[in-house]
Amino acid sequence: MTDTHQTVSQERIYAPVADTPAGYVREDPAAHPPLHYPGYKSTALRHPREPLVYLPNTISEVTGPALGEVLPVTARDADLLAQHGGDPIGERITVSGRVFDTEGKPLRNTLVEVWQANAAGRYRHRMDRWPAPLDPNFSGAGRCLTDDEGRYRFLTLKPGPYPWGNHYNAWRPAHIHFSLLGRAFAQRLVTQMYFPGDPFFPYDPIFNSVADERARERMIARFSIHDTEPDWAAAYAFDIVLRGPAATIFEQPR
Amino acid sequence: MIFAPTPSQTVGPYFAIGLPWPEGPRVVPEGTPGAITIAGTVYDGAGEPVPDHLIETWQADPEGRFADLHGHGGRSSLPGFRGFARCGAEYGDGGFAIFTVKPGPVPDPAGGLQAPHVAVTVMARGMLNRCVTRIYFADEPVANDNDAALHRVPAHRRHTLLAEPDGDGAYRFDIRLQGDDETVFFSI
Ligand SMILES: [Fe+2]
Repeated sequence: MTDTHQTVSQERIYAPVADTPAGYVREDPAAHPPLHYPGYKSTALRHPREPLVYLPNTISEVTGPALGEVLPVTARDADLLAQHGGDPIGERITVSGRVFDTEGKPLRNTLVEVWQANAAGRYRHRMDRWPAPLDPNFSGAGRCLTDDEGRYRFLTLKPGPYPWGNHYNAWRPAHIHFSLLGRAFAQRLVTQMYFPGDPFFPYDPIFNSVADERARERMIARFSIHDTEPDWAAAYAFDIVLRGPAATIFEQPR
Repeated sequence: MIFAPTPSQTVGPYFAIGLPWPEGPRVVPEGTPGAITIAGTVYDGAGEPVPDHLIETWQADPEGRFADLHGHGGRSSLPGFRGFARCGAEYGDGGFAIFTVKPGPVPDPAGGLQAPHVAVTVMARGMLNRCVTRIYFADEPVANDNDAALHRVPAHRRHTLLAEPDGDGAYRFDIRLQGDDETVFFSI
């Protein structure tokens, strides 16, 4: 039986079809936070001490799930204001943008998932015990699939900042959590979208764990008057860039 | 490179309001012949279970075919095969379990075969980026001995990547983020 498997597998040439790269560019360490960042105390016991083992991409990393086919994604999932009987309280906003890879290619039909606190900075999660009010009309979670140009769009509320106990008087800047699957296991990204000019930026170790200022700016949405819903909702634009295909697979780390 | 990448940030403690879904841990539908479970616990550097972790897995089917859209050797024909699992407790005991099938061998870039394996993403509050590991199977010693990725791992650490048979179609795979017997994590 194993022999049969081997014959079948070896007949398959490791030749990706046109739109599947053989490998992805390596993650740029300057663009991402380190796993150990003492300012964010919970990293202390949750980062590996041993060096990561370099693994050139294989078929397992350049393929990935098409979760949009599995999850029932409806238009309602992208409207966080309409998931209950009434209007949630807060500043209505649209959050929209495009998902690209680092080669500038839009990623179509890829799943974008978001979750966030309500306008008072409270999550609808039983472990969030901060005594700010819950909003019966706001769950704070949404998902959508990008269109053919890589566009996504959510209708939601601007979340409030919230304290989190990392150090004395620690506050998270207002943010929306984003989860992206991309097209390949190698492209998986979870990040947070921030709002321009947030006064808590200088004090937040999670935001500042990204050492490069220009990289931090790539997590900040842009106010966009053109995307507003006239007389209804303000608008923020946030493009997301996932690692793209590599021209060649590097045998050794750069 | 035309565009610069968006930085990673932690999944935080409250991802459970958005990411997990009831069928998430199910790579194959209930009743799939030959189905197995892979279960384990995620531990931190103090040896304590991590109650707010998120695990995602991605793998081929027993024929070595994927469920993706990209046409590597044809798409899996196993009915309902998803290839993907996501387990995230709202605030659990640190454990996870996925319901799946044992993957077959898949090609490696040098023209050989990779041993059966499952690609794994680990995320949690306190992790600013994901960690990537692989689940191999302790009952595939010959295939494992010939696996190019395992060859890159120092021999004394390879056992951290082996799921151990635990009777009746069950495998055990614990993940240690730090410390003694720290799981091998890969830079991909
Ligand atoms: Fe948050």
